[in-house]
Amino acid sequence: MAATVKYDEVETGQEIPAVEYQVRRVDLVRYAGASGDFNPIHWNERYAKAVGLPDVIAHGMYTMAQGSRFVTDWAGDPGAVVEYGVRFSSMVVVPDDDNGATIRISGVVEEKREDKRVVVALTAKSGDSRVLSKARAVVQLS
Amino acid sequence: MPLNRDFVGRTYESSAPYEVSRVKISEFATAIGDSNPIYHDRQAAVAAGHPDVVAPPTFPIVFSLLGTGDALGDPGLGLNFAMVVHGEQRFEYERPIHAGDELVCTSTIAEIRSVGRNEFLTLRSDVSTTSGELVCRTYNVIVERGGAA
Repeated sequence: MAATVKYDEVETGQEIPAVEYQVRRVDLVRYAGASGDFNPIHWNERYAKAVGLPDVIAHGMYTMAQGSRFVTDWAGDPGAVVEYGVRFSSMVVVPDDDNGATIRISGVVEEKREDKRVVVALTAKSGDSRVLSKARAVVQLS
Repeated sequence: MPLNRDFVGRTYESSAPYEVSRVKISEFATAIGDSNPIYHDRQAAVAAGHPDVVAPPTFPIVFSLLGTGDALGDPGLGLNFAMVVHGEQRFEYERPIHAGDELVCTSTIAEIRSVGRNEFLTLRSDVSTTSGELVCRTYNVIVERGGAA
């Protein structure tokens, strides 16, 4: 399988349009079950506040997964991602209502490398906070 | 309390191979809201050139730390779990993980350092098939808030 995006058609500096991902409490409960990370700060408001957090917060790995979803949807192939790393710079606070929080992700092609690989730099924000920093994916294009 | 630097370089093996199943991949993909058929439908994955459904890029988090629970919980290390947050995460892939893979992890405490009042611990895990093929490497930095104070 190969990426649907062609290396020769991509330019350094090219922007990948932003996508918004909604995250509600039920999404965190489902992610806890699927990932095995049952840390109560991700589903229990009473516990989260007792350890000094403003409210329940999303798993960092949930936010990171939205970043890779953004990249694979762009590239057209989940297998095209050869490297992916992030730093968790701020929390995604998820209130107990029907809307939850919004994670807005955008990207830019930062570098074209050899072997038809590109580096995509991601920006992920929730409200005014940058929730990921140093978020980079190396993607194998066709 | 500062973490015990004697733990740097210690290596831990997963106790049993992790069997990657179609059901688990689909469950995980659903949990991150991703309906890409390559995660859910074997025929779609095969049509796209994969041997079976493939796992989303962050899927190794499900099993890559299973072997290290004992290490991080060792009282000799001095880690206070209530103060732990996830600092950084990185994956380097040799190939996509797919259903049917049987994977083992070798995890090493690569580094412990203090940054301000916090302790940073880097855990590197090499994920390989039971026949020894390296599939990916993961780097996980956990932060103990206030640990270095």
